[in-house]
Amino acid sequence: MRLKLGLLITAALAWGLGSAQAQTPKKGGELVYAITAETPNYDCAGSETFATLHFASPFYSTLLQFDLSKFPAVKGDLAKSWTVAPDLMTYTFKLNEGVKFHDGTPFTSADIKATYDRMRNPPQGVISPRKATFADIDTIDTPDANTVIFKMKAVNASMLEHFASPWNCVYSAKDIAADPNAPRTKINGTGPFIFVEHVKGSHVSGKRNPDYFRKGLPYLDSFKGVFTLQAAAMLNALQGGQVMAEFRGVSPAERDRLKAALGDKLRVEESSWTLNLLVAFNTEKKPFDDVRVRKALLMAIDRWGGSQGLSKISTLRSVGGVIRPGSPSATAEADLVKLPGFSKDIKKSREEAKKLLKEAGQENLKFVLWNRNLAMPYTPGGVFLVDQWRQIGVEVEHKQSDTAPYLAALNAGNYDVAIDFSNLFMDDSTLALAKYLSRDRSPQNLSRSIDRELDKLYDDHIRERDPAKRKALVQAFEKRLFEQGYQEPLLWWHRIVLTHKTVMGWKMSPSHNLGQDLAEVWLNQ
Amino acid sequence: MLRYTIRRVLLTIPTLLGVAVLVFFMLRIVPGDVIEVKLRADGGNVSQEVVDAERKRFGLDKPLVNQFADWMVGMAKLDFGTSMWTERPVIEEISLRLQLSLQVAIMATLIAVFIAIPLGTTAALFRDTWLDYAVRIITIGGLSIPSFWFGMLIMLSLLALFNWLPPITFTPIYVDPIANLTQLIWPALAVGYRYCAVVARMIRSSLLEVLNEDYIRTARAKGVFEKLVVSRHALRNALLPAITVIGLEFTFLIGGLVVTEQVFNLNGIGQLFVQSVSRNDFMLIQGMVMLIAAFYVFVNLAIDLLYAVFDPRIRYS
Repeated sequence: MRLKLGLLITAALAWGLGSAQAQTPKKGGELVYAITAETPNYDCAGSETFATLHFASPFYSTLLQFDLSKFPAVKGDLAKSWTVAPDLMTYTFKLNEGVKFHDGTPFTSADIKATYDRMRNPPQGVISPRKATFADIDTIDTPDANTVIFKMKAVNASMLEHFASPWNCVYSAKDIAADPNAPRTKINGTGPFIFVEHVKGSHVSGKRNPDYFRKGLPYLDSFKGVFTLQAAAMLNALQGGQVMAEFRGVSPAERDRLKAALGDKLRVEESSWTLNLLVAFNTEKKPFDDVRVRKALLMAIDRWGGSQGLSKISTLRSVGGVIRPGSPSATAEADLVKLPGFSKDIKKSREEAKKLLKEAGQENLKFVLWNRNLAMPYTPGGVFLVDQWRQIGVEVEHKQSDTAPYLAALNAGNYDVAIDFSNLFMDDSTLALAKYLSRDRSPQNLSRSIDRELDKLYDDHIRERDPAKRKALVQAFEKRLFEQGYQEPLLWWHRIVLTHKTVMGWKMSPSHNLGQDLAEVWLNQ
Repeated sequence: MLRYTIRRVLLTIPTLLGVAVLVFFMLRIVPGDVIEVKLRADGGNVSQEVVDAERKRFGLDKPLVNQFADWMVGMAKLDFGTSMWTERPVIEEISLRLQLSLQVAIMATLIAVFIAIPLGTTAALFRDTWLDYAVRIITIGGLSIPSFWFGMLIMLSLLALFNWLPPITFTPIYVDPIANLTQLIWPALAVGYRYCAVVARMIRSSLLEVLNEDYIRTARAKGVFEKLVVSRHALRNALLPAITVIGLEFTFLIGGLVVTEQVFNLNGIGQLFVQSVSRNDFMLIQGMVMLIAAFYVFVNLAIDLLYAVFDPRIRYS
């Protein structure tokens, strides 16, 4: 009996040791992965596209970063530790020591100051889409080389998360002083990998930074990000083993094809996605200036039924309000179904929609739905909407166009109804709600609506420190927005990431913009 | 001959100028510009002031005539401008891809010519026999199957049969010839098949026509060996129309392999063309259109000059 027990314990220990060993990261190797878009320049802080982050993240560090094991918690990157004043008006960061830029320049607090100054007060010719995000910063003090203090003009309850934004790549103060636009064309970060080459239209490559400040990292010797702009080429490359991963996301059909082809060699990770498609009405154009028409069109959409069908053929899946469903600030389903356009009783909802159209004198409504000519998920989303509106007698022409004429039409207000999208990197209401502010405050608001009540609710919520009260303000904002029907999410996307099982250490998150620095990725081969 | 060549070279100037005027003004008819795409396509929250400042930086705020004049002055100095998307010289963007596109075009032409001449000749010489029928089936197949589809079949077959695919990134032939050819032979085959079918059918019909000519009958009556009749008298004349087709197909391959390049993930001119059009990157589109127009003009000139080599009766004076 004792012998058996002893054998069992020994076996268990051996198994435990074995599996622990299997999970012990191995050093070396080159990760080759697909990037499905190519960045126009290298400036993360001046960019909005994932193409820049998937390209540049391995070369840069940020002050903080999201802890993907405990998302949405944040952890230090260049910051070793930090304190936040109880009134949320001062943020003090202690920085890691001995950090060097790839060109050998020592990293100090002056680099943080220069980076954030460039974003909040961009010099002439520098593009900063994050200027508004950091507008609440009053001063940035650097009492010593390893301390940086941000003092605020006003409370911004999401500020700490904004310091963890992947877009805030830290640049060298020396580089920025020499040329404020240097980060657009030159890569000099403190990240885990050193830039090797960017062959236009082909690939980007990097090699291990031997002086990386997070000791023992990165595990990989090098990486190569290959631009595969067509989904078919990317899938073939994954199947043929030319690339080992694609970190943005694929459609269910693409997942199924690869699963059938690669079987156990493929790892499939899925998550809800911080992206949605939304319907925007041109509120300056008749009859969409009439709230009854907008509401009627929104009420005709069977989101719950649509999510069942669309999730099988596209990346569209979850029904939700302005915040990603399932995240802490999101509106619960029980409350959501009470809002216009979210009822589960679609028959009743469509009857009401027809009544509203009749009241507005729009029983024979015809219009053009503008959409981008991107297959996934814009085309299925557009086709779905056309069908939904047909069911209340509305005739819709689905016009898909290249991005340039699409944006030109929408920004100039030359459209009736459009499919737009919201692209966030975290579940933060400050970010999510900004899109729906009045047009004179938010160029992202393509519905061109002006609604001061929404603006006030947003301002109140951003200064609110009590999470419960803040959430209530978000819901009040959402209710007002949907009652007015300027814009409304259609469905939220679902993220599916495919990697070969040899790729280890990469962490899935709800945003394709997070966790792309490859510092902890290793190859089990 | 020299005077003719000089006159033809000089005539390219008004031709290219016409192309320049057309491409410049037609591009501006399409609404939207690259700045909007760059700053707002991914949901960018940038103000109109920033967009306007960027437009100014690229000279898009100037009157069209001034923009055209700036471009023309630059072209005269062989400065094709800067890509509005990458902000790098247009010439740099194009030259990087031209190497690959040119090599695929040359390889496809070689494949096509080396297969098409024997195929077309065999079909003509053995007209209405099983050999002719076989060649006709092969060539009709080549004409009917789009190159990109054939390319997809090649890729999927390689995957299914060998679980292998060619390298995904381009290696210049002078760096590693094996890696280079391993990557480019497949797209060259995919487009070479269609190209070969066009040329083979042209040679067959042209050779059939020539074989009925009086001078062929005369040659045979004089007792010239049949091989010489075909190769020296018939084929040489039958190749004239084929040369035109080969030249035009070659030029098409430089910028026309859009979908094939996408299937093989090739970093070529066709792919760059599509990207720059979808972004409204005017300078890059203009640069590429001018490059392809120049290719067409000079390849046509070369074809005309080759006519004189193949047919001594033709003299340009």
